[in-house]
Amino acid sequence: MAAYNLAGRRDNKYKARLKITVFEGGLEAFRDAVEAEFARTRAAFSGVDQALLAEIEAAFAPPALPLRDAGAYHAAWAADADFRAFATQNVVAHKVPGYGIVTVSLKAHGATPGDATAAQMRKLADLADAYSAGELRISHEQNVILPHVALADLPALHRALAAAGLGTANAGLISDIIACPGMDYCALATARSIPVAQELATHFKALGLEQEIGQIKIKISGCINACGHHHVGHIGILGLDRAGVENYQITLGGDATERAAIGEKTGPGFAYDEIVPAIERILRAYLALRQAPEETFIETFRRLGAAPFKAALYDEGARDAA
Amino acid sequence: MSVIVRDDGFHAEDWAGPVVEIAADTAPDVLVAVAQSGALLRVGFANFGDGRGFTLARRLRAQGFAGRLRAAGPLVADQYAMARRSGFDEVEIPDAIAVRQPEPQWIARANWRENTYQQRLRG
Ligand code: SF4
Repeated sequence: MAAYNLAGRRDNKYKARLKITVFEGGLEAFRDAVEAEFARTRAAFSGVDQALLAEIEAAFAPPALPLRDAGAYHAAWAADADFRAFATQNVVAHKVPGYGIVTVSLKAHGATPGDATAAQMRKLADLADAYSAGELRISHEQNVILPHVALADLPALHRALAAAGLGTANAGLISDIIACPGMDYCALATARSIPVAQELATHFKALGLEQEIGQIKIKISGCINACGHHHVGHIGILGLDRAGVENYQITLGGDATERAAIGEKTGPGFAYDEIVPAIERILRAYLALRQAPEETFIETFRRLGAAPFKAALYDEGARDAA
Repeated sequence: MSVIVRDDGFHAEDWAGPVVEIAADTAPDVLVAVAQSGALLRVGFANFGDGRGFTLARRLRAQGFAGRLRAAGPLVADQYAMARRSGFDEVEIPDAIAVRQPEPQWIARANWRENTYQQRLRG
């Protein structure tokens, strides 16, 4: 903090950001300043912080997760297609047998990504108490995670979520978009983000292509500050202002996992009403190019590079037809 | 004119000795020399959003400066506790700020030794 406090930009509040200080002054110089500050500060600490840390760790002890009979889970799986979709899409395995990690999607098609009402938040708190050892986390994907759900409880949890409008089975799919607040709420924005996300979600749902396209990460930022981390989206959308008109630049092949990659710019940007058809051209190209349905968008991109996607994106004939 | 704020409230200027002005953008290395002086060190704050003076104060104390240390500028009452924790003895505010935020609002933050998480961690 002290190192940044002294080095950060003071002349322009839009540039008063750590990443800009590091970019302008260099990582090495800033790291040295932090290390020097750390050495100075350290002497003031007697070591009691370790005792405090131990106290905090004790408060995060893993909950007891006894083995439960999963009969209810299997019965619901056999009987209820909605439940199957939810259990397939929004639940991943827990390290404890008989438990799952549930993503509660805040990406209902056409809704504001990441929004929940006060009533929904109260409901989530109650459900976390009832079904997830009192734990609930917010993910960077703008969703809510219930980390310790017994599979035996999953049908009841799913019913309760669906009743509260929180049962959308789309975690990791094309409608599970990270979008920054953009022009609708952010004073720094150069373009809208939220309506682009909403239109993409409803458009691909209407086309019936969501399951077909499978796992994909689209991320949208409304200005170069990149709060939506568009540059590490498989498809990134960056909203800019070109002479007073919104213009959306597309990046491809970004990756926020351990195979981290910054997306490649495809070329000229698109107007607000052109961006959804542009994304559709990219994804139709993917569907045509993939070797098998199991090959995800990012895997196809890694295999083929950007060229075939760019060709589809800037194909004028296809653009007129879209 | 200005008002000097201390834990017990507002005061008029009562320092008659030498004063060394320290601007917010002073390089910390320069502070080593002034840390030995017997003058009052007056650290300038251009506005309440520029917190560099807090870091400079802490550096001065770490370098052994034991004399009177003053924060001067349009700080707000909520920042009084942080100024004290950083090592300032007092805050000098313009009259206009003293009118907008009268004495009780500053005295309300004279409890700056309480609830300090850094102090808890330092031990
Ligand atoms: S990226 Fe989005 S949220 Fe971040 S500053 Fe820009 S418009 Fe605002």
